[in-house]
Amino acid sequence: MLLQELSNLDGVSGREDEVRSYIYRKASALADDVYFDAMGSLIAVKGRDKRGPAVMMAAHMDEVGLMVTSIDKSGLLKIDTIGSIDHRVLVSKTVRVGKDKVPGVIGAKPIHLQEPDEQKKPLKAKSLYVDIGAKDKDDAEKVVSRGDVAAFDTKAGVFGQGCFKGKALDDRAGCSVLLRLLEMDFDLPVYFAFTTQEEIGARGARTAAYSIKPSLALVFEGTSAGDVADAKEHKQSTKLGKGPAITFMDRSVVVNRPLFTRLIEVAESEGIPHQLRQMTTGGTDAGPISLSRTGVPAGVISVPCRYIHSPVSVLNLTDFENTVKLASAVLRSIATRGLPSQ
Amino acid sequence: MKDLVKRLTSISSPSGFEDEIREAIKSEVKDYCDEIRVDALGNLIAVRRGTGPKIQFAAHMDEIGMIATDIDEKGFVRFSNVGGVSPHRLFGQRVRFTNGVVGTIGMEKLDDIKELNLDKLFIDIGATSRESAQELISIGDCATYLHGFDDLGQRIVAKAMDDRIGCAVLIEAMRRTEQCQSEVYCTFTVQEEVGLRGAATSAFGIDPDLGIAIDVTGTGDTPESRRMAVSLGKGTAIKVKDQSVIAHPKVKQLLVDLAERNGVPYQLEVLTAGGTDSGAIHLTRDGVRSGVISIPSRYIHCPSEMVDMIDVEASVKLVSLVMSADISEALQ
Repeated sequence: MLLQELSNLDGVSGREDEVRSYIYRKASALADDVYFDAMGSLIAVKGRDKRGPAVMMAAHMDEVGLMVTSIDKSGLLKIDTIGSIDHRVLVSKTVRVGKDKVPGVIGAKPIHLQEPDEQKKPLKAKSLYVDIGAKDKDDAEKVVSRGDVAAFDTKAGVFGQGCFKGKALDDRAGCSVLLRLLEMDFDLPVYFAFTTQEEIGARGARTAAYSIKPSLALVFEGTSAGDVADAKEHKQSTKLGKGPAITFMDRSVVVNRPLFTRLIEVAESEGIPHQLRQMTTGGTDAGPISLSRTGVPAGVISVPCRYIHSPVSVLNLTDFENTVKLASAVLRSIATRGLPSQ
Repeated sequence: MKDLVKRLTSISSPSGFEDEIREAIKSEVKDYCDEIRVDALGNLIAVRRGTGPKIQFAAHMDEIGMIATDIDEKGFVRFSNVGGVSPHRLFGQRVRFTNGVVGTIGMEKLDDIKELNLDKLFIDIGATSRESAQELISIGDCATYLHGFDDLGQRIVAKAMDDRIGCAVLIEAMRRTEQCQSEVYCTFTVQEEVGLRGAATSAFGIDPDLGIAIDVTGTGDTPESRRMAVSLGKGTAIKVKDQSVIAHPKVKQLLVDLAERNGVPYQLEVLTAGGTDSGAIHLTRDGVRSGVISIPSRYIHCPSEMVDMIDVEASVKLVSLVMSADISEALQ
């Protein structure tokens, strides 16, 4: 299962190598051409010589994680976060550090050693450390270095009623959608961009869009689902099981209205369950792509995921399949009806 | 001129939803330019052909607003901000969606006004159920303040003066300028309020030699206001710096010299909070020498923004002078 394999790979922002190699193996068998840009994004081109507008389909390979900032005398690794992580989810989780995936545990001062006011506050990453079981600093430095990154040590898998759990579903879900689309044929040139460093500022997408020069772009994401506990209805944004979530606006983009309308039209005419992403916070690769060169209409379609940016998130596999369906139907619609017009 | 401002400010066109204002401006400028085009993000670009270097003027068409994110079973609409909308300015306001539907903003019960944020507010469009609300608007639809234009004599007040007054200044300057020495690109940009977005893509397409944004700036002339050496009625403001751009010294000097030589009242402006389209234009490609001509405005991003016709008139004169001047010195 693509999603499972991708979720189990490590690719903290800036160190996407493992994910990129996996995607390269899959994509090179399916695309006309695969190339990498200087920022490390992988671009797989399919149907380059076909007539019709060039469409960019983007998903980011990177995930949130940790970076080792120093190693103390006792061999414990001081850490900082890469990308936005709720620091409260960190303590007592297991991680894999560096290229060699050295096993580690995120530790903290035990409660009886904490000052009374420390007990009242959530533990910040700066007061946490990764314990790799080293004897001392010299011992630790044999296997890790400052600047190494750590990813959550989570095994992905299917569970419950058609659900899937794993780390980095934001955005391995999007990467899986793109790989599935690569297996299909469309009557227009499609540029599949697997981008880097989205979690720290949508950086890879900027340079990828500049080289691709697309006429239209669609970004595939794992987005936050808030259908949990006692969250108020109007603050839930998306819900599991209600289909792919279509964005009308987020912090990085106001989705081109004709494109937004086309996405809804296609979902409705094909009978694909869908929902709107009912909040405007958070940014995606669609931001920098839409501002590339003279501007690109860019939309976002997301698989709703609970608990994103944490060691384990949850999605609904039917939502995932419906996202693939919607994406392929949109590409067919652009091939037959052309670009959505202003 | 006041009529033009009234026409432009009466339109609801928040960021990303500029269709109506674009059509209105197109009809105002079509007889005063050689070519008119719309780019992929929706910027309106009116070109005056000339033989000299390329100047891009940019005034943004969009305004701040609200976007519907949820409709509950009773038909109340929850919303998020589009640009710099503050909850304290919203409570009790009348708003209008771009399709014309009108609503008013209500608030949940609060124990302390400090708890007020956008999540505690909702738009009541007079619907009695989710279904009846959905007949009027959809999630993802946008609204703006609904406030009229008032002529107070020397001063005028309206919503969206930021930056319809800049659009009006640019339109009026196009009408008054007989001969352009430069090739002039009058750009009415989109999505300034959400991050100078239209300016970035339009400048990439135009590839100008010089960029000048026309936008409102704050003042320091109201009771207990933040200190700022700009006042209403003291002339057009030539920007030195804001958070998005430091005006190129030669562009600033060009503007000052033109104003001095032609008796245009002006004041120098340093804005400590805020930015404008020049912030994006000056970083385009390998860089563009840029400056800003500002119209001092009170109560920016409130439903009633006030400007003074002396400053508006001075701004039109200065923009027109730049269009007809030899700008080669500023490019050396």
